[in-house]
Amino acid sequence: MIEPRKLLKGETGDWEVVVGLEVHAQVSSKSKLFSGASAEYGAGPNEHVSLVDAAMPGMLPVINRYCVEQAVRTGLGLNAQINLWSRFDRKNYFYPDLPQGYQISQYKDPIVGEGAIEIELDGGESITIGIERLHLEQDAGKSIHDLAPKESYVDLNRSGVALMEIVSKPEMRSAEEGAAYFSKLRTIVRYLGTCDGNMDQGSMRADVNVSVRRPGEELGTRTETKNVNSLRYVRQVIDYEARRQIEVLEAGGKIDQETLLFNAETGETRTMRSKEDAHDYRYFPDPDLLPLKLDPIWVEEIRASLPELPDAKKHRFMEEYGLSLYDAAVLAADKRKAAFFENVAKGRDGKLASNWVTGELFGALNKENIEIGDSPISANQLGQLIDLIKDQTISGKIAKDVFALMFNSEEAGNPADIVEKRGLKQVTDTGAIEKIIDEIIAANPKQVEQVREKPKTFGWFVGQTMKLSGGKANPQAVNEILKKKLGID
Amino acid sequence: MAINKDIVRKVAHLARIAEPEERLEPLAKELSGILGWIEQLNEVDVEGVEAMASTVDAALPLRDDEVVEGDTGGGKSDAIVANAPKTEDHFFVVPKVVE
Repeated sequence: MIEPRKLLKGETGDWEVVVGLEVHAQVSSKSKLFSGASAEYGAGPNEHVSLVDAAMPGMLPVINRYCVEQAVRTGLGLNAQINLWSRFDRKNYFYPDLPQGYQISQYKDPIVGEGAIEIELDGGESITIGIERLHLEQDAGKSIHDLAPKESYVDLNRSGVALMEIVSKPEMRSAEEGAAYFSKLRTIVRYLGTCDGNMDQGSMRADVNVSVRRPGEELGTRTETKNVNSLRYVRQVIDYEARRQIEVLEAGGKIDQETLLFNAETGETRTMRSKEDAHDYRYFPDPDLLPLKLDPIWVEEIRASLPELPDAKKHRFMEEYGLSLYDAAVLAADKRKAAFFENVAKGRDGKLASNWVTGELFGALNKENIEIGDSPISANQLGQLIDLIKDQTISGKIAKDVFALMFNSEEAGNPADIVEKRGLKQVTDTGAIEKIIDEIIAANPKQVEQVREKPKTFGWFVGQTMKLSGGKANPQAVNEILKKKLGID
Repeated sequence: MAINKDIVRKVAHLARIAEPEERLEPLAKELSGILGWIEQLNEVDVEGVEAMASTVDAALPLRDDEVVEGDTGGGKSDAIVANAPKTEDHFFVVPKVVE
């Protein structure tokens, strides 16, 4: 049952948006899927092109073992069925950056079948999204249209690079869910090391399928927006398309099943190919390639070599360290951040460690645009700082000052030395605190009288005491002694 | 299966083969004949027999992930564009195609 808050309001009632994503993730291999040419990004025109990639007559494709392994690895990471028998088909169409006249892909028998992953939404909610399939295919070359007025320039360096196309089930119901899914896929492939997840360089891009319907009715006609390469754009495409389609339907029109392009500058979509001209790909098994048979022992070896996956890590953080779903998901989203947290939390209060890592540290890193790997404070140092709070050597407030000193490298060394050197130790000696409080009470008879009628002004005394102690008085002791001396319960 | 003129026109277009209008009808007849002849295969009972993927009973050979030079590798941009009708700075140059 769809939750009402996820429905979109139209002029004539509520609408439900239905989203499915086809994500292309480039396999992080050295060479191409069917040739030994380099798959590296950024070479000069046609430098990374073999006679196979250029589709010269008589050339035959030979598949890259590493690419097959990464597809299996990714499939396992998506909790998906691995098909021990799969095969390659030709997807036929004509375009200048596709010299073969067909793309080698997997149509009927993909290497990976159904799976499922969890995604996390704002507000600490987690839902499961189904994976339909993952298949291996070749990337096409690149056409550049702005180098000459009447001509296009074609570079085949990308031609034949291995892609994993990961197809979701149409189970997302909002722009937020679509972006969260895309983000989670990136986290998973990065954990697995099967794709670098670099959206700027096109290593990961999504075709976004959007349709709308009245709640509970049959699926509406969908549009497909091609090559969306950022989380923000995925959100924009879904929002824009849902709104556009609702407007068309409410005006009595109908949605054409069409392929669209997204214009990042205007935030709008426009038609790429009309339905009349829709491609008929005439798939058929590629006669150059035998069926791909996987040895089940090899698949098990790959399974055994998987790292702990983000969802598993998230659940373990919740159980082992008592973290909220939100905090656990934030930490698990990045392998290095998760490792940093665990080093801090080891043998300490997990919740406190998480608060310091996700709050203070991530906040400071984000502000300065520093990667976790370059953090000026090590996990060990942050752990020591937390120890000082825990054993009441310093208060939480002073700890933030020490943190800032360490972060800005104003003070080198471990936190205990800084506290010692700067005399920041917390005063827990009740005698010393009493002395300060006695002075305040003696010097401020008016406030003392006032606080008996208006207990709210109590905070003023706490503030004064902390100020006179240089922030070093133990707040709990201050509260207790003040209450006693002022006669307040 | 009977092939009509419209199907021939569509298939010719998808294959980028220019067929003049007056050739469509004769081609439809020819193709229908060929298909009808092949359809005789439908008479064979294949109940319970799995479709063949290949006539060779072998698995796909896998190669190692290595960057190589030569015909099956990169680094030969001169050779790659050598036969192209038009090139510029090792790009293939084609009539403008814009989606």
